[in-house]
Amino acid sequence: MIEERFDAIVVGAGMAGNAAALTMAKRGMKVLQLERGEYPGSKNVQGAILYADMLEKLVPEFREEAPLERHLIEQRFWMMDDRSHVGMHYRSDDFNEERPNRYTIIRAQFDKWFSSKVREAGATVLCETTVTELVRNERERIVGVRTDRRDGEIHADVVVLAEGVNGLLGTRAGLRARPTPDNVALAVKEMHFLPRETIEARFNLKGDEGVVIEAAGTISRGMTGMGFIYANKECISLGIGCLVADFQRTGQTPYGLLDQFKRHPSVAPLIAGSEVKEYSAHLIPEGGYKSIPQLYGEGWVVVGDAAQLNNAIHREGSNLAMTSGRIAAEAIGLVKSRGEPMSSTNLAIYKKMLDDSFVIKDLKKYKDLPPLMHTHSQNFFLTYPQLISKAMQNFVRVDGTPKAEKEKATLKSFAKARSWTGLFGDAYRFARAWR
Amino acid sequence: MNVEPPVRVEDKLYYNRYLVDIGHPHVKVRAHTTPSPQLLALLKACPARCYELNDDGQVEITVDGCIECGTCRVIAEPTGDIEWSHPRGGYGVLFKFG
Repeated sequence: MIEERFDAIVVGAGMAGNAAALTMAKRGMKVLQLERGEYPGSKNVQGAILYADMLEKLVPEFREEAPLERHLIEQRFWMMDDRSHVGMHYRSDDFNEERPNRYTIIRAQFDKWFSSKVREAGATVLCETTVTELVRNERERIVGVRTDRRDGEIHADVVVLAEGVNGLLGTRAGLRARPTPDNVALAVKEMHFLPRETIEARFNLKGDEGVVIEAAGTISRGMTGMGFIYANKECISLGIGCLVADFQRTGQTPYGLLDQFKRHPSVAPLIAGSEVKEYSAHLIPEGGYKSIPQLYGEGWVVVGDAAQLNNAIHREGSNLAMTSGRIAAEAIGLVKSRGEPMSSTNLAIYKKMLDDSFVIKDLKKYKDLPPLMHTHSQNFFLTYPQLISKAMQNFVRVDGTPKAEKEKATLKSFAKARSWTGLFGDAYRFARAWR
Repeated sequence: MNVEPPVRVEDKLYYNRYLVDIGHPHVKVRAHTTPSPQLLALLKACPARCYELNDDGQVEITVDGCIECGTCRVIAEPTGDIEWSHPRGGYGVLFKFG
């Protein structure tokens, strides 16, 4: 198909792949990017929140050009039981700054734009092309890819695997393990369309201001999971995700959870009268630091979700993807500028650079949290939300019961549900994992 | 907990745009007489309800509505119960928003 040889082939046109392809093309490298979707973004799903800083490093002028939805001025955390929520809201006018820090985006639209920057920088982007296999030479080095096009073998010095959480190539070639049910979450999402004014009135916004709501509690029915509601310009992204292992264990259905979340009395008024225009599902890497695979080898590197680079605690995925893509590309550029081969020894610099960045430092900080959340999900996602919600109701409802008695009842309900040792144990375990 | 009205996944899938690759299903279920626990789990875990029991009690898949999340791959590929590939280039679900 393609006779010429490339400096690098990037598999995938998501956040990581685009960051890598753009960085290498800007350095004058000859880059081929392959995407199986009809257009870049047509296979990609995310909440989605964009962190400006990481994109600014790649496209400094993105605010003037990229399809952005709303800049976030408010974050709400909801702890939910079946009929109520206890919330913490942080809203600050500081976020109405000239160069806002976070935006909501719609991935299919954003990725199309991001890809246009990659093309402008000189990379060849080929869509509707599924890579079926990695090609090795007689010394076991990856030297290219095979695609589903006729005569579809293409060669390059290095292959960047930006194939996403469900990437088949790396696992089939034995470069990394397949994701397991306890290190990926399944999230389902709907796009709810409403007039702009309605969204602004319901979320207390003006202009392009935005709000996100992250919700946990009985909505996940005791499974490790979260719901989310993000305000876009003319639609609301609403979804919920839980560990695949929990879905497997409980037999709960993802769409059942989503519909229950939508019907919750705290959520239903926000989307009342909306028109749904898309239903999507996606896996999210949740294993954290301990699930990061080998990141490089003979003629290849892996970036983004495919490398399990996701900070589940801070809901940061695409910025880790963008950053790892950029760093991998810089590492490859370094090896190339020295005129050296893309060997495992030389590409080790990618891991070193990534270790020195916030990507690995952050994931390392939380390395013990995923297992804690996963093994104690009943307490963290069911028992505590119910207890806290009951305590709040007890606190605010005035019914002639003396306050001392109310407090006693609240404390007793905590001790009864988890026992004092259990409560202190959970607090200790949580603090230690957070540290 | 309130009694839940049944959720019609088919209606949700109707919102989406697909280019179905007729005759080339990208996911296949291995022939079996009694389904494994992993295969049975897919009846509930698949967000597009692509997996259903046939009259003989075996698990069947219809890939037309698949949203390519990979959940079934994570659960049932290790046991050999299913074979998972990506659709051919350009085919499958085409997200407008994503």
